[in-house]
Amino acid sequence: MAEAVDLRVVGTTPVRPDGVDKVTGRAQFGADLNMPNMLHGRILRSPHAHARIKRVDLSKALAMQGVYAAVSGADFPMLASGEVSGEAGGDLADIARNVMARDKALYHGHAVAAVAATSLEVAEQALDAIEVDYEVLPPVLDVLEAMAADATLLDEQCFTKGLSETPDKPSNIAAMVKLARGDLEAGFAAADVVVEGEYRIPMAHQGYIEPHACTATVNEEGKATVWCCTQGHFDFRTMTAHILGCKIADLKFIASEIGGGFGGKTVVYLEPVAVMLSKKAGRPVKLVMTREEVFRATGPTSGSVVRVKVGARKDGRITAAKAWLAYEAGGLAGAPVGPGVMSIFAPYDLDNFLVEGYEVLVNKPKVAAYRAPGAPQSMHAMEVALDDIARQLDMDPLDLRLRNAADEGTQAPYGPKFPPIGFKACIEAAKKHPNYLAQVPEGAGRGVAAGFWFNIGMQSSAEVRINEDGSVVVMEGNPDIGGSRASMCLMAAETLGVPYEQVKTYVGDTESTGYCMVTGGSRTTFATGMAVVRACEDIIAECKARAAATWGVDKDQVEWQDGTAVPAPGVNADVNPLSLADLAASASATGGPILGKASLNAQGAGASFSINFADLKVDKETGAVEVLSYTAIQDAGKAIHPAYVEGQMQGGAAQGIGWALNEEYIYDQDGVMENAGFLDYRMPVASDLPMIDTEIVEVPNPSHPYGVRGVGETPIVAPLGVAANAVRDAIGIRINDLPMSPPRILAALDAA
Amino acid sequence: MSKVHVQTTINGDQVEFLCVPQQTMLEALRDVLGKLGTKEGCGTGDCGACTIMLDGRLVCSCLMLAAEAEGQELTTIEGIAGPDGLHVLQRKFLEHAALQCGICTPGFIVAAKALLDRNPNPDEGAIRYWLAGNLCRCTGYDKIVRAVQDAAKELAYQA
Ligand code: FES
Ligand code: FES
Repeated sequence: MAEAVDLRVVGTTPVRPDGVDKVTGRAQFGADLNMPNMLHGRILRSPHAHARIKRVDLSKALAMQGVYAAVSGADFPMLASGEVSGEAGGDLADIARNVMARDKALYHGHAVAAVAATSLEVAEQALDAIEVDYEVLPPVLDVLEAMAADATLLDEQCFTKGLSETPDKPSNIAAMVKLARGDLEAGFAAADVVVEGEYRIPMAHQGYIEPHACTATVNEEGKATVWCCTQGHFDFRTMTAHILGCKIADLKFIASEIGGGFGGKTVVYLEPVAVMLSKKAGRPVKLVMTREEVFRATGPTSGSVVRVKVGARKDGRITAAKAWLAYEAGGLAGAPVGPGVMSIFAPYDLDNFLVEGYEVLVNKPKVAAYRAPGAPQSMHAMEVALDDIARQLDMDPLDLRLRNAADEGTQAPYGPKFPPIGFKACIEAAKKHPNYLAQVPEGAGRGVAAGFWFNIGMQSSAEVRINEDGSVVVMEGNPDIGGSRASMCLMAAETLGVPYEQVKTYVGDTESTGYCMVTGGSRTTFATGMAVVRACEDIIAECKARAAATWGVDKDQVEWQDGTAVPAPGVNADVNPLSLADLAASASATGGPILGKASLNAQGAGASFSINFADLKVDKETGAVEVLSYTAIQDAGKAIHPAYVEGQMQGGAAQGIGWALNEEYIYDQDGVMENAGFLDYRMPVASDLPMIDTEIVEVPNPSHPYGVRGVGETPIVAPLGVAANAVRDAIGIRINDLPMSPPRILAALDAA
Repeated sequence: MSKVHVQTTINGDQVEFLCVPQQTMLEALRDVLGKLGTKEGCGTGDCGACTIMLDGRLVCSCLMLAAEAEGQELTTIEGIAGPDGLHVLQRKFLEHAALQCGICTPGFIVAAKALLDRNPNPDEGAIRYWLAGNLCRCTGYDKIVRAVQDAAKELAYQA
């Protein structure tokens, strides 16, 4: 963190390098590539939530004029289990079975077959010609019923992982995770107040506006090129290679611009299918999902049941906390119950706690990562319980949290001791914030809650090149989902000592730059940013060597200042400083083009904490909730581009408010989602929200050269508790379940 | 199926094309005419990503039949910037960081231009209600509303 003083470029808010193309319609997103001779693909999806697939007959479809390829589960290799790392994680065998069902359809909308034809119309007709025999099975839709001993099984080979002994009978419980510390009984015995509750939240979708899309072309040598919208084309390549049983070297992935992901575009759905179809057809194949397919077959995040019990002394100190979590995985394992368990108590310094989480198979879409996966569901319950405690103790909810706040040196519930963190700083900032000091408007209620996310580092690469005129090219491999090219340019310009405008950042394809793990886990600015800084340092070292050779002095007699090589003080060299442009101009004489590179496995991502609060008003006639004001305060470590950090905080708040107030997957008894469109899956629109006020707290992360912590995910965590607590304050009734949609609020008012 | 011949004006250019009768204007723009700046988020009129102007009216091109373009004047995102460069709204969207992923941006800019053409001085509420047909999942709308407010201010100053 040596450079954190006197920053000239980092912390400013210039326009992003890809901006003009995105306001003029030039930018190419997933569905915007068409290739010569291209075919259009469509996917046949299961009409049943749970069914054995007895036979798939593609012959009639294949016989149709204009149909060039058709595939089903039998065309894909059966995979053994194998983990993929990171937030995109999960078992590859499960991802493979999600991409194309094999023996069983596990949710309504599960892919069963696919075709490629000369037009979308012909492809649609070909889907109708595919014959599938199903043995329909009873769907398992409720997470608690799915856990019962006599429940219908989704997978006869599912033996709960994470127990001390592998059970002898299969169940729908895919995994159990547990964390504990101290003496729970003694803790509750020491409490003056104890609160407890059960909180249910249905599945919710990431809701990115761009549906999944890709175009694949496989040539006669078996080399495939895939263009797609993805949060990580390198990881998409790995997954596709495994799922198809082909070599990584035979696949080239190009990331298009990406129209939102929020975690939902960290796993493959279409890409292996498009490659397989293209290989069979010998022509490029484009696959684009409809919005309905996006809802039925991608995302969402887990629906959950969380039980929490918390005890505290009169002075607000928590003496014990206990939680039980059940998260829906969907039809295949992969629920974020681990992070749910690890995050629920993370903001607090607790001596005694126990938390157990279960990941449960149900006949709904296989869940995908969604912004701080698993944390909003569990932390909602804890933040509501703390609100109840604050009420019983007549204590300010911020003071209660401050009394228990984790700080540097606190042992996190999930193990390590926290390095410097900004939770207390966020609470202090909230206490002083004018919106908090203001009176709650007449008839409204105020809610407070905390947010947290671990953030991750992991592997990234970056290369930096100096053009002949001294301009700088940064090449890295993380799709830019919200302005990361600008952040890379800012860090590179700062490190090199040149103006922002002199640097351009490009997102390379899998063959033009080194591996970068997905844009996810709030890792890009932290980890790839660190690689960019290191690559720039490599450039500086190279430039110093070239200047030394030019001047005939020793390398360590050259310093780098404001983007130029200068002789070190006291070095008796009668020379002119050499700028990047000078060094580039003389490069042919000093060793050829100037390149820098770095690759790393970044550690120490640095957790990000937040405090949010809001004033809400409930219309007692309609049950509608109006958000009067919303304030988000979060520790960014160091905001490289503060406007884009604010944007993350505002966007996450809006998503969290939507989740708390309206968004939910609604199912009929057959397991068919009843609201698979934006009209009925009601995400916030501009008129639903006020301005979202932000305050960025900066407690630098010592592991990053500029102090960065990830900021992308924490913002969605607090709003669920904020909304629940504000509604409680406004109407005097505690509503445990989300979303607090008008019918639920009216029912609560009627019952009171 | 025989195709329909359509003559229309798009962003000031005379355009002729053939389409099947049930083809939407969005499909014609993207698949027939190669105007890929107009985006599809839903295809059902619920997200506004496909927003264009039809004779000064705002429409979701996914709900309009391509054949209906006959004899009309259309404006798409490709027609917003002028010979002097970016439109004020485009510049303000950039300056205010009013886009993150950018997939909703063409629709928002076309919709916001239609608003300012008709109401040069909208208050925050008017902006929010006008843009309520355009979904953005990334920004929480704050910076979009500010960009439109600022563009209105600059346009008023120029006028
Ligand atoms: S694509 Fe037309 S409104 Fe969504
Ligand atoms: S910027 Fe991504 S949807 Fe609006």
